[in-house]
Amino acid sequence: MTEARSNIAPVLRYAAMRRIRSFEERVGELFLRGQSAGSMLHLSIGEEAVVGMTDAMAPGDTFTTHHRGHGVFLARGADPARMMAEIAGKESGYCRGKGGSMHIADRALGHLGANAIVGGGIPHVVGAGLTYRNRRSGQISVAFFGDGAMSQGILYESMNMAALWHLPVIFCCINNQYGMGTRVDRSAGKLGFGGRAEAFGLIAAHAEGQEVEAVHHAARDLVAAARDGRPGFLEIDAYRFYGHARMDKSPYRSPEEEAEGRARDPLTTARARLAAEGLADAADLDRIDAAAAVEMDAALEADVAAAPPGLPTMFQDVYAPGTPAPRPQADRLRAVLSEAPR
Amino acid sequence: MTETTYREAIRQALIDAMQTDPDIILLGEEVGLYGGAYGVTKGLIDMFGAERVIDAPISEPAIVGAAVGAAMTGLRPVAELMYVDFAGLVMDQLANQAAKSRYMFGGQIGVPMVLRTQGGTGRSAAAQHSQSLEAWVMHVPGLRLVMPGTVNDAYHLLRAALTQPDPVVFIEHKGLYTLKGDLDPAVPDAPWGVPLVRREGADLTILTYSRMLQESLAAAEALAARGVEAEVIDLRCLNPLDETAIFASVRRTGRALVVTEAAVTGSVASEIAARVGEACFDWLEEPVLRLGGEDIPIPVAPALERGSIPDAALIAETALWLVRREAPAWA
Repeated sequence: MTEARSNIAPVLRYAAMRRIRSFEERVGELFLRGQSAGSMLHLSIGEEAVVGMTDAMAPGDTFTTHHRGHGVFLARGADPARMMAEIAGKESGYCRGKGGSMHIADRALGHLGANAIVGGGIPHVVGAGLTYRNRRSGQISVAFFGDGAMSQGILYESMNMAALWHLPVIFCCINNQYGMGTRVDRSAGKLGFGGRAEAFGLIAAHAEGQEVEAVHHAARDLVAAARDGRPGFLEIDAYRFYGHARMDKSPYRSPEEEAEGRARDPLTTARARLAAEGLADAADLDRIDAAAAVEMDAALEADVAAAPPGLPTMFQDVYAPGTPAPRPQADRLRAVLSEAPR
Repeated sequence: MTETTYREAIRQALIDAMQTDPDIILLGEEVGLYGGAYGVTKGLIDMFGAERVIDAPISEPAIVGAAVGAAMTGLRPVAELMYVDFAGLVMDQLANQAAKSRYMFGGQIGVPMVLRTQGGTGRSAAAQHSQSLEAWVMHVPGLRLVMPGTVNDAYHLLRAALTQPDPVVFIEHKGLYTLKGDLDPAVPDAPWGVPLVRREGADLTILTYSRMLQESLAAAEALAARGVEAEVIDLRCLNPLDETAIFASVRRTGRALVVTEAAVTGSVASEIAARVGEACFDWLEEPVLRLGGEDIPIPVAPALERGSIPDAALIAETALWLVRREAPAWA
């Protein structure tokens, strides 16, 4: 590290973004190797500046994410090996191979769950906000979602409740310009989503997705206000570098547009800024990149070696332990056919 | 032991539970100042304050969704869906979120919430305020489902629901709120998840729940006058459901009539009939019969509404048809 470094936080945010990029590249590789559980893999490459938001949160704060939430969870402290294992449907994964990429969660880190229903996890932060308000715990809860959820009614119901009840809640829209194959200007009558949030009485902010420090600046203010019972909304204006899911080659957009979008790379921007401000030089940043690559390679290899869950575990955790569990079909059939007199 | 109403028993269960457990909150439309559309939560906002008895905007999906989030983070919310007919609005939060969170997240995050709602006919409230949609709930793994048919059960099953670690859908019947009966807050009728023989009989087994329990018990009295003794089993909880007493009864009587108020196709009655048919096949003297609501939307005209669902007379006539092959006049 350079001697000029006086503030390590931006460097750490760069490292966090690099870890996300590196992780997602290997998740893509997992898929290509046929090692992922299913085809539902939504990469957050291009959206790494969300680190500016997660970095403004405190230990004990909670959050929900959407189907494209790997980056958010990693930035909140997830173990990449356990994440990778969950994505591959392994017993050692965060959810013991029951959830996968789109339903990853970890109570200890405050992750109340990734969600595969667009907007489905948003009202959960309203409920978490009620808990924290009633207990005066000082915690906040943040919903992360994409621009697609801006068309879901439950978002607006949730915004209204958060404002009405003065809840410690933030709605964070990672606008990557696409809901599957539909560009945001083909799904929204009016762009610039902050106005919608303000209409409900939320504090709204907007940040460019290639500027993690700008995201962080906006997020800090929103977090402080939310802790004070003034809920907020943050739109991070990003670009989804690749297709909706791994099979999607994005035939609905032009190579020119993609090149322009990928030029808005939060990692490239951060590298230039850190160097210009003397916080890190190219060698420092290269070492960060190399460390992330080593870490994520190890996570990938550990995952490939991990065991799948045993078949009987399918009946576990439908209900709480110690309460009546689902009856395996074989047991029912055996009872019917063995008890019946011949 | 005191005589009270089904409505008061539910209200008392909420009060007693809220006094015992400070994490319980009520969340729903008109639960506070108004006191509940059917008066169940009257006065609770004065007793427990607006932070625990929360009047929500008319946003059913987010009411249930907020209850899910509150339950995930340590509260024990009682969300109220004013009419079960509004279930269509909330099915994502109920069936995809509340029901599946524990499983999807590998057992890490439970959702100990209760969704209180009410359904059923009897008020000429027409097609969107009169349905019996318990089958929608029973179909979803992860949801517990309770439908009390007596005053004492209304109290005790709600108290029990408020100790469950998983989401419970508690469906009241609008036609039972004024039902009078004995409440003993110290003694439940039976344990959680266990059906109860409400009346013993040797000639057939009537399997039912909620308001149809009362109609079935009345039918049983009419049948007794005709020399037919019906055993009436109150299912009480539809999930979990311990089938031991059900199968034992049907194997003894050899005849089963499943009675529900819901439209019969794809109903809880169909599921119960299937289970009885599988488990009791060799003991059955007759086919398992289902008697339910007609497969139509509920019409507003009182005569049509009454005509579309079973009552004591129809249950008794159907039972006689089953037991004695005495076809009723309408057959």
